[in-house]
This record gives sequence, C-alpha cells and structure tokens, in this order.
Amino acid sequence: MTITEDNPTAESSQAEVGRARRRKEDQRLITGRTRWTDNVTLPGMLHIAMVRSPFAHARVTAINTNEAKAARNVVAVLTGADLKDVQGANANAWPISADQVTPTHLPMVVDHVACAGEIVACVVARSAAEARDAAELVDVDYEELPAVLDMKEALKDEVLAHPDLGTNKSAFWQLDSKEGGTGDDVDAAIEAARTDGVVIEREYRQQRLIPAFMEPRSVVVDPTGEQITMWSATQIPHILRFLLAATTGVSESKIRVIAPDVGGGFGGKLQTTPEEFIAFAAARQLGKPVKYTETRSESLLSGHHGRDQWQKLTLSATKDGTVTGLKVELLADLGAYVALVGGGVPVLGAWMFNSIYKFPAYRFNVQTILTNKTWVDAYRGAGRPEATFGIERMMDELAAELGLDPLELREKNWIKHEEFPFTTVAGMTYDSGNYEAATARARELFDYEGLRAEQQRRRASNDPVQLGIGVSTFTEMCGLAPSRVLGSLSYGAGGWEHANIRMLPTGKVEVVTGTSPHGQGHETAWSQIVADRLGVPFEDVEVLHGDTQISHKGLDTYGSRSLVVGGEALVLAADKVIEKAKVVAAHLLEASADDLEFTGGRFGVKGTDQGLGIAEIALASFAAHNLPDGVEPGLDSDATYDPVSFSFPHGTHLCAMEVDTETGATKMRSYVCVDDIGVVVNPLIAEGQVHGGLVQGIAQALWEGAEYDENGTLVTGSFVDYTLPTAADTISFVTDRTESPSTTNTLGTKGVGEAGTIASTPAVVNAIVDALRPMGVHDVPMPCTPERVWRAIQSGGSTRQVESSGDAQPHFDPAAPNQDTPETEGGAQ
Amino acid sequence: MIPASFDYVAPTTVADALAALAEHGDDAKVLAGGQSLLPILRMRLNAPSVVVDLGRIPELQGVSEEGDAIVIGAMTPYAAVLASELVSTHAGLLSKAVATVADPQIRHRGTVGGALVHADPAGDVGAPVLALGAELVIAGAGGQTRTVAADDFFEDLFTTAVGEGELLTQIRIPKHTGWGSHYEKFVRVSHQWSIVAVAAAVRVDGGSIAEARVGLTNMGATPLRARAVEEALVGRAATDEAVRAAVAQVAEGTNPPSDLNGGAEYRRHLATVLTRRAVLAAAGA
Ligand SMILES: Cc1cc2nc3c(=O)[nH]c(=O)nc-3n(C[C@H](O)[C@H](O)[C@H](O)COP(=O)(O)OP(=O)(O)OC[C@H]3O[C@@H](n4cnc5c(N)ncnc54)[C@H](O)[C@@H]3O)c2cc1C
Repeated sequence: MTITEDNPTAESSQAEVGRARRRKEDQRLITGRTRWTDNVTLPGMLHIAMVRSPFAHARVTAINTNEAKAARNVVAVLTGADLKDVQGANANAWPISADQVTPTHLPMVVDHVACAGEIVACVVARSAAEARDAAELVDVDYEELPAVLDMKEALKDEVLAHPDLGTNKSAFWQLDSKEGGTGDDVDAAIEAARTDGVVIEREYRQQRLIPAFMEPRSVVVDPTGEQITMWSATQIPHILRFLLAATTGVSESKIRVIAPDVGGGFGGKLQTTPEEFIAFAAARQLGKPVKYTETRSESLLSGHHGRDQWQKLTLSATKDGTVTGLKVELLADLGAYVALVGGGVPVLGAWMFNSIYKFPAYRFNVQTILTNKTWVDAYRGAGRPEATFGIERMMDELAAELGLDPLELREKNWIKHEEFPFTTVAGMTYDSGNYEAATARARELFDYEGLRAEQQRRRASNDPVQLGIGVSTFTEMCGLAPSRVLGSLSYGAGGWEHANIRMLPTGKVEVVTGTSPHGQGHETAWSQIVADRLGVPFEDVEVLHGDTQISHKGLDTYGSRSLVVGGEALVLAADKVIEKAKVVAAHLLEASADDLEFTGGRFGVKGTDQGLGIAEIALASFAAHNLPDGVEPGLDSDATYDPVSFSFPHGTHLCAMEVDTETGATKMRSYVCVDDIGVVVNPLIAEGQVHGGLVQGIAQALWEGAEYDENGTLVTGSFVDYTLPTAADTISFVTDRTESPSTTNTLGTKGVGEAGTIASTPAVVNAIVDALRPMGVHDVPMPCTPERVWRAIQSGGSTRQVESSGDAQPHFDPAAPNQDTPETEGGAQ
Repeated sequence: MIPASFDYVAPTTVADALAALAEHGDDAKVLAGGQSLLPILRMRLNAPSVVVDLGRIPELQGVSEEGDAIVIGAMTPYAAVLASELVSTHAGLLSKAVATVADPQIRHRGTVGGALVHADPAGDVGAPVLALGAELVIAGAGGQTRTVAADDFFEDLFTTAVGEGELLTQIRIPKHTGWGSHYEKFVRVSHQWSIVAVAAAVRVDGGSIAEARVGLTNMGATPLRARAVEEALVGRAATDEAVRAAVAQVAEGTNPPSDLNGGAEYRRHLATVLTRRAVLAAAGA
C-alpha cells in the first residue's frame, strides 16, 4: 500500500505509539514457523557432543580418545591439546579494577578444570546420537584437587580455585560519597547515629540463580563459504563476532554471526560461550558445518549463573526516621572465571543501593571472589535486583525498629517529584519521576488500609495463617550509557545503538536495528515507532535484526537498553529519511522546502492541496529520473545514537503474603504494582515484560536457588530440583502505570525489561517477614522455602540457619534395582 | 539428552511380554508410561538393550468391578483412573491422590502400575493403595500369577515384590463405598513430587470416626501405613481437637529423607500437621 492523497489524518497515523498491538512475531512463533538455531540443518553437517568434567577442581592427567575415535561415524575427537592454539578465549569485557585477577578462560580446558561441567574434550560425529554415544567412550583421567566453594572460605585464600593465581580475590571496587564529592562521610554518619539515632545492621544472602531460558543454547558453524557463518542462540551477535575475531585471530570481516529466532535469554545468553568457540574451532579444523545443542542438564550446569552475593548493610538514621547514611559491603562470587560482564554485575548495583532516597552519605564496597563453581554473570536486572533487595529490606527493618509505617518511612526519605532532576549521593542524575503518584495509586489498588486491618485481626485472633504486607519502592537504571562514562569505568564497549531505515521503491520500509531481540517483541514496537514517524502503515514496516551481515553495527539487547537506546536511533534515522525526502519533494512539487509540512506521511505545500506521499518520493528517488542537482538517489538513512544518560524507571510494588505458621508454607494473596516507565510504545508488550519480570523476581524470593554439594556438584541439576515456577504457581497481578516521560530522550521512554524482577523480590520477602514479625522474625533467607519459614518461626526469629541437606530428591536413583549401575563416566549427562 | 540405543518390542499379550522378558533377562526393561523410565534412559542412568513396551496389551488396560473389589489394569493411565466413576465411588482416596500427580500431560502417559513398580517413595499412588489394603497381581515367567498384599509389596527404595522377569498386571482394591477421603499433598511448586503427603480415608458414623485408613508418602523408603493412628482415630469425634490428639504420634518411627525440600525433622513435623488436615477433610469436618 502506498500513501495516497486521502490518507487518514495525521492523528490516526500518529496513534501507533501507545497502541496495545498484539505482537506481529507471535503468530509465527506460536505456530512453530520458527527458525531456532537447532532447526538449522546444513548439507554434510556434523554434530558435536561435549565431554564435561564431573569434578569441580581437577587436573586432567590423561585423555584416551582411541575407543571414541573408533566408534561408528565418529569424525573427530578433539581435546584441549588439539585446540589450544586455535580456540580463542572467553574474555572478560569489564575489568573493574586495574589489578583485577582474571584467570584465563579457555573454551576447552587444556589441563586444569576449575568447575564441574567444564569441557575437556568433544566428539564430532555424523549424528547427534553417535556423538553422544562416543562421548561416553572418551576416557579422562583426573587428579582431583581440593575445591573452594564457599565465598567466605575463599577469602581466606587457603584453598585456591586457581592455584597458579595465588589468590581467590579477583578485584575490589569502591564508590564513596565523601571521596567522590557527592555526599558526606558515611562512617561519621553511622557513629553519630550510634549515640543519638538508630543503626540497623544486617547481612543478606543473594542466592545463586540459573537463568533457565526456554530455548537451550545451540550453535551451528558453517566454514564452507568465504565467510565463516555462525548461528547461535545468543543475545549478542555483534559482540560475539567481535570477540571471536579478537581472540582467535580470524579476521572480523571473515566472520558472520546470526542470531536467528532466539527463545529467551534473561542475560543468560549475554555471554560468549565455550561451546560457541569450540564449535567455531571444530568447524574450521574439519572444514565442515557443525552443530552443538545443549541438553537442559548441560544448560543448568554450564550456562552462566546469576546473583550470588553476601550483602553486609549498615543503615543509620535519626530517631524520626530520616536516613543519614548507608554503608554497603558486598562479597560477590564470580565462580571459576570472570565472565563477560563478570565483576561489573555487582558494580552496577553501586548506583542503585541509595535507590529513590535522599541519603546524605554513602559507601559501596565490593570484593569479587573466585570459586570452583560455574561462572556468574548478568541475570535479569544484573546488580540492580541485589541493590533493590538490600535497601528495600533495610527500609522495612528501619520502619519496624522505629515503629513507623514502611510507606511513611519511605516517603520521609524519598526524592519529591518537584525535586527532579535530582543528583543522588551516588552521583547519578535522575531525570524525572513521581514516587508520590505511583505510591498513591498502588495503595489504592491494593487496599492497603483494608489489608492492614485484616492483618491486625489475624494477629489478634492468633490465626494459624498470618498475613504480611511487603513494600518495594524501586528505581533502576536502563540503557547502559553514555559511551564516555562506560569508558571511564573501563567497560569494554560503548553504549550507543545503531539503526538503518531503507525506503524500498514499493513504499515498504525495512528497518535494520543493532539490537537483538530474543522474545521481547521489538519487531512490533519498532514498527510502531517507525510507522508513526514516517506516516506509513504499521504493516508496511519490516524489522530486520540479528545478522551481522544485515545489521552490521550494533550492541545488542540487554540491560533494558533496546528501546531507550535503539529506539532513539530509529527516531534519528527516520528523521534523516524525512530530511532527504523533503528535498526531493520540494523539487518535484516545485515548492520551497520551507513551504512544505510533513504530516501523516505526506509532504504538503502549505496553504494548498498539493502534496506528495513519502512512498511516491521513495519511488521517485529510486528511479532517480528527476532529482535536484547534487542529490544522491535513495532515501535510506543510518543513525547511531549515544544517550546522554541512563534512564530511571521507578515504581511502587505492594505484596500481601499469607503464611501458614504450622507448615511454613506461603501463599501470595495479592500483588499490585504501579510502574513508571515513561512513555509506553506498546502497553501490551510492557505489561508482558512486567508480568514475566515479576514472576522471575518472585521466584528468587520463593522458589529458585542453585545448590552445590560439598564436592562442588550442582545438586539442582534438573528441573526436578531447580524448582522453576509455572503459571500454576502464580496469581493474577494487578498492574497500573503512572507516566513521567524521560527527559533524556525524545520518545520519553525509560525501559521496562527488568523492572518487575528488580522490584518484586524484596516485596515478597518483606511481606513474609512482616507476617512473622510479632513472632520475633526479622529475616528468612531466600528462597523462603516452607522449611526455612517454619524454622524461623521455631527459633523465634534468630537467623540461625538450620539447613536441610543439599541433596537432590532421588527420583532416578541409579543404584535402585530397577536400574543398572550408571555407565556414565566423565560427567556425560 | 539421547538414550543409548536399544531394541524395541511391543507384544500384544501378557504371555508374549513375559516371553520377551524371559528371553532377554536383565538386558530387558519394561516400558509402561515411560514417565520415569525415559528420563532414566535419557540421562543414561540405565542402558537396557531391549525395551519391552506394554502399551499395546489390551488386557492390562482399564477399570472393572469384581464383587467387593475394584480391579485396575496395570497399564491404566492416571487420566483413565481419574475419569473412572468406579474408582471415585469405591476408592475415592486413589482418585484424589492421582489428581495431584504432576500435570495433565504426565497423567495421560503415566500409569498406575508403572508408578507402583517404580516405587518412588515420593510417588503419590503408593500411600492410597497401601491405606486401602489393595492386592497386587503379579504374573511370572511360566504364566502363573501370584497375589501380594500391598503391605508386602513395597520392599525398599525403588524396590517391590515384582521380581526380574515378572510383570505387575492388576491392582485390586477392596471397595470403600461411602468412606470419606482426602489426599493432603505438600509441595513447593505445583508440578512437584510430594515433599510429604498423607492419604486418609475414614468412615464416619454418627459424628464419630468408625474406621480410618492412613497412608504416608515420602516418610521413608517406602509408603507407610500409620496403623497406630488408624486405631487411635476409631471412636473419636471428627473434631480438630480429637483428631489432633489421635494423630500426634504419626511420625514416630518414620525415617524420612533429608533433601533440598526439607530435613527429616521438618518432614516429621509436616506429617503430623498434614495427617490432622487429611483426616479432618476426609471426615468432612
Ligand atoms: C515431570 C514429572 C513429574 C512427576 N510428578 C509426579 C508426582 O507428582 N507424583 C507422582 O506420583 N509421580 C510423578 N511422576 C512420575 C509419574 O507418576 C510416572 O508416570 C510413574 O512414576 C511411572 O509410571 P510410568 O507408567 O510412566 O512407568 P515407566 O516410567 O514406564 O516405568 C517405571 C518403572 O516401572 C517398570 N514397570 C512399569 N510397568 C511395569 C509393570 N506392569 N510390571 C513390571 N514393571 C513395570 C519399568 O520397567 C520402570 O522400571 C512425575 C514424572 C515426571 C516426568
């Protein structure tokens, strides 16, 4: 369709932004018309199976591959010795200190295994089944080394995760408001409060989590063309291409990376993985296309994990509840290696512990630590959920200590809406927000007073089921940027994003984005933005992404950055298209460019009914028969946008939990959240992001946790024991929005991808603790399992942690008579 | 996850299935609904050379009535048991337990017989079968059958009276018509195996408990029958107070596992609470 003279009015075409359109990609995705990496099948393609270490820490003393090599249809068996000069390395892109200790992370180990699941060899065969069978035949001799698994133990440097490094301490990083000139001395504030105020000191554990995306990771490499093409289930095709080139020595121009349909990531696919590098090396070595797709067990064991911190927090306040200082001391377990973002994840929390509050003094310390566990990296929220949990738990503790209502206490300390823009004690400038409005709306939707009254009734009647109300007022920062700030933090990349708009001669529009969606709905939202901007129908916009040959420039999708950064790039590119078209339109209409106005996709000559639609101009520009002198044919335009700042969404989340004091079981009664994410492009998509985010955050509070046994074996190695919730475990959430447009970008958007996850975890734990406070409970470690809740009640609130054993449920007991002894060796699962 | 390769046979009679088992000895493995066996094979915890699929044997399917008993073919899927009015009327406890197994997909594949032979202590059908005093019919190599009381069926963790080369063919449950029943299952997420569960059936007469049956799930290596509690309940009023006193000792002598979902001490505590709730619910109180 082309734009005609009697085009719909400007208003209706501009109404795309804000429309709750259904996602255009879903029809295809949910009817199986998909192209996941594992669906890619190439002629002559070989299959890889990995041989993984069952030990957390070991030296590989010998590998016998003879039997595996002799197995049917096995083409090659590769070990670290075979690949060591060609495999490249898995890099850390954000050394947080100049002297960071960073163990070399080889995709396939050569002789030292630093965590269970590390790859020691791989089998390449004509079918996946034959590769798997032969992998069982690879005979690896290990010399087991003592493993260090607990981060506090690791600090002592008695047992080393990497003996050759001499220490388990990777890096120390600090932000101090006095030193930075953004606030007062926190130690002085705490000392003062010890004499005539209140000081709250707590230690919280952020347990280890597993991202558990729906599509397991998969990679296909085709080395047969001029460029080596890699398909990968990744969030970061551009960064992957760069790092493949940078660490293997293959010219970047000879590498093409494609992220086809990608089924979720949550940060778990914000990584360059050993499996990708091994597949790349194997394909080059053999000259044949190869495929590797992980099993769910491999995914849980060897995809990077998330969170895993100890947080020691000290909050000082005056007796009326005005906070005077916050001191944060973090230990962060990075696992066996410093992964791509690695120690940068806890650092991202540095600017968020002070959250929405006007604290006068602040210090943030983090010590990152190496252990013999799976490496840890970004997981939905990355640094900000940890910070939000810490401060929101502390604010509830302070309120309880002072006998204040937790919402009142927050209001006393938060930034008032008329105080924006506001520069915080951590040095960030928040552009806009209205905490009063979001909180007022949330209170109303929640029936805060009604639930408090019910809570009192249950307390008075000694009801075995108690009710608790949890508060979380959060803010976060989206869109890691601007580039120069990232540079000052030694982050390995910029924070810009690129877009390209191609005006096709038929009037259709191709939008190329450097973001790399994997379930977020960018194709729909981007189409809405461009349709509005160019005045073309939504259906005429096609969004292309995830292939470095099509989208040659980009920084991919993570950190709630795609819309706030990539969306702005789109706007800039569209504006350039309009500028170019205007020149051509003026020429064709024989009018002065100044007399033209562009509305609803049409250049009209002011005061006349003359005009031309943008599609007509695209065609004329393509034909190039009649262009003004010096004007190039074509309207296609590129833009790269580097934000001036982060954006700061916020919101108020209220959660009511029922706690069965007899069993410790908890049940969510209601959950209300009012988020302010600025201007919303597509409310349906935003809502979906909030719902999914909430469940992931609630899951951290209640259900999920990666557990290792004393040997460093992942006990939660399947979904039997890693208790991921399903829709059946959650309730219907009540969501609403207030809208304070961002002032740092033209669309006014703020980012929503992580908001739900960041806010919800403390809301749930605060609710559980609130229910049990009269019993002396002031903490329940996460995940708040029924047993832990029950024990907290039993011990009258002492946080003494009596833990159940870290065993898995033995549903598949290999020693059971119905089953033969396992034949697995070398950790093949 | 790819299992090691195996041969596959699908006999259509019990006799042929037994013959196949006799032929292949301990290289063979019986496949029922596959909901436990397939994960085991895929994780390569076991690698039989022959899989004998019972799925095409009509005589192992379905629910019928024989005098005072309900007879369930070993290969009857959970979903069919759930849909059976005979079961809900005369062995309601089993219906209630089966309703809590996993999710609808698994209930359409998994079979009652497969679950009983697999004998996972966290499985949900053992306790009701035990509590209702069922009998299990086992067919052996020569084609002869023997009947084992549920009390003698569960021997240990993943171990039952069904020996090598044998098949479980039927579950015979004495009718408990008019009994109230309840299965109280405690889990953290909805699709989970029981952390602890309690199966209770009671016959209430004039406001007090005339007879009671109580089975425990995951309180030891096998499902357990809480006979002392059953006896203590007889003659009691179906009230919170009376039942609470009668069930207080339910966990005595049990040896529940300790794992990520809970320590043994916690499980013993849970058993006490859940038994009270199950009995009261069964009594309609
Ligand atoms: C995700 C998931 C969740 C689950 N959750 C639960 C739950 O909440 N509660 C619960 O109780 N169960 C649960 N299960 C297990 C489920 O109930 C299984 O179906 C059951 O344990 C085995 O039944 P099956 O018919 O699938 O047997 P199979 O897996 O086919 O066989 C199990 C074992 O029994 C043997 N066998 C089977 N039938 C016979 C026979 N007639 N004679 C001799 N040997 C035989 C097999 O050789 C095998 O060793 C779950 C399973 C899964 C996959």
